[in-house]
Amino acid sequence: MKHILKIMALLVAVAGIWISLLETSVVPRSYTWLLPVYLVVSLGCYGLLMVGVGLMLFPTCPQEASLLQKDIIEAKEFLKSKGVDVGAV
Amino acid sequence: MAKLEEIETEEHGETTMSIKMRRKKKKYSIIIPTYNERLNIALVIYLVFKHLQDFEFEVIIVDDGSPDGTQDVIKQLQNVYGEDRVLLRARPKKLGLGTAYYHGIKHASGDFIIIMDADLSHHPKYLPSFIRKQMETGASIVTGTRYVRNGGVHGWNLIRKLTSRGANVLAQTLLWPGVSDLTGSFRLYERKAFEDIISSVVSKGYVFQMEMIVRASRKGYHIEEVPITFVDRVYGSSKLGGSEILEYLEGLVYLLITT
Repeated sequence: MKHILKIMALLVAVAGIWISLLETSVVPRSYTWLLPVYLVVSLGCYGLLMVGVGLMLFPTCPQEASLLQKDIIEAKEFLKSKGVDVGAV
Repeated sequence: MAKLEEIETEEHGETTMSIKMRRKKKKYSIIIPTYNERLNIALVIYLVFKHLQDFEFEVIIVDDGSPDGTQDVIKQLQNVYGEDRVLLRARPKKLGLGTAYYHGIKHASGDFIIIMDADLSHHPKYLPSFIRKQMETGASIVTGTRYVRNGGVHGWNLIRKLTSRGANVLAQTLLWPGVSDLTGSFRLYERKAFEDIISSVVSKGYVFQMEMIVRASRKGYHIEEVPITFVDRVYGSSKLGGSEILEYLEGLVYLLITT
């Protein structure tokens, strides 16, 4: 099944639940009307939260940059001795 | 009847032999597309040979007609490491990333295909961990991820990090791909899996990487991840343009509809 269909099926299911809530009025209607708004807002909050958390915990590796510099020097020395052109770019 | 038996034993003999051969030693073909990477490619190849001493491998460089003399450097490297280990398979002009792998694999003789960037942002020291992970799990694909413990990125500013996180959350929410780093391009593929997936991929540029892994996931391939670090390029200029975000969103919608 195409992925978009899965997502649409999910949306239809959610809409179905919402309509049945409206029809059966288990919850007062005025509340039920607002549920989709809450859903959208909470989705947005979830997204922002995930981006925020991801940004705070973003893994960085400054030590790798200095290790790489060492490797570059080592590589250049070896390659130069073998006659490979590793001069300025 | 006798003839049939003969053929059967012959086939049987051949399969057991090829199984034995495969058990003995797997070969890895590392495909590296280049464009104006004369210094970086030399350093990368030195590091590949340093870190893969215990393995059988070949490096296939697909150069898109770099005007900076990348191919001359590769010829010098062939003198050092041998023309059978360092293969230059050039193309006349810039033809894009996706087709570069397609071109590279035609010349590959390995059981596994490894793809990586030439700009030193992918360090060859991680190659053994890809191979080990594949051996341990029997996975068809091992993909490097920057977004887990022991992984990481260096040299990105806040905006770049923000964009990357935003793009990732969006893709995870919409596509449910089952891997944490969609646009990473440091990966190991079983040769058959690579050929199968690439035949149904149409995207170009870096959306290509995303489409490869999403299609692989949908096709039910066993995908494993290993942490890698990503150090932003030291030499040369980045080839990503300003329309990066738009291209990404287009790719996302395309994958939503077609996979």
